[in-house]
Amino acid sequence: MPGSAEHRLVLQSRFDEVARAEAAVLELAEQHGYDATAQFAIKLSMEEAITNAIKHGNQMDPAKSVTVTYSVTENLARITVCDQGGGFTPNGVPDPTLDENLEKPHGRGIMLIKAYMTEASYSDCGRCLTMIKQRDCRLPEQA
Amino acid sequence: MAGESRLLIQKDIDVTVVEFLDKNILDEANIQQIGEEINHLIEDAGVPKLLISFENVDHLSSAALGTLITINNKVRQKDGQLRLANISPQIYEVFAITKLNKLFQIHNTTDEARKNFK
Repeated sequence: MPGSAEHRLVLQSRFDEVARAEAAVLELAEQHGYDATAQFAIKLSMEEAITNAIKHGNQMDPAKSVTVTYSVTENLARITVCDQGGGFTPNGVPDPTLDENLEKPHGRGIMLIKAYMTEASYSDCGRCLTMIKQRDCRLPEQA
Repeated sequence: MAGESRLLIQKDIDVTVVEFLDKNILDEANIQQIGEEINHLIEDAGVPKLLISFENVDHLSSAALGTLITINNKVRQKDGQLRLANISPQIYEVFAITKLNKLFQIHNTTDEARKNFK
């Protein structure tokens, strides 16, 4: 079935690389009939995850790359973003919605990913983020 | 030197209305340029009254939100006022999830926002 295989893209640590990975995943999502809301969620989450990997993970080091592994099936999109940085502790990121943090300009990417994706989990000491978007259930076709 | 402007800027009597030319406000370099352009508007105004319209915007990232927060802080440092308008339901949800709908004064239309300036 087209799109169900796992694909891999290796990106340079540049922000203009992000759109290429988003377009590849969204093309498959479109083929599988993911609606505009699901595609919005995937695009936003990939933007945040890959930008974080380039900026905070690889520290914009041109010698380091970001690997995006993805598969899209009729019901599930799974995207893993891995950087080559020093890792981090996801639980150490302060809650940006607290009143004392509301006027700080940084620290909202991870919370947006968690809000928009069905699942988001870190591995390899924070260097890899796996995001899953479960497509909304559809009623079975009438016999 | 920055490239072409990413904004459509209209100056009314005392309110500056800014619209984005990009549908996607995602790329860090573009966001930085947008921030610098708006910052110049704030610096040039005595007491800035700034209205930002999101009419054409389909996507925005946390970096864009960060720039809006910085803009808001700079406007307030000059005792100015910032209003946001024409935000689609999908984009408004991003503001709501991050609770920035509490920080910003958001209006349905630019006309409504214009009337809200003091």
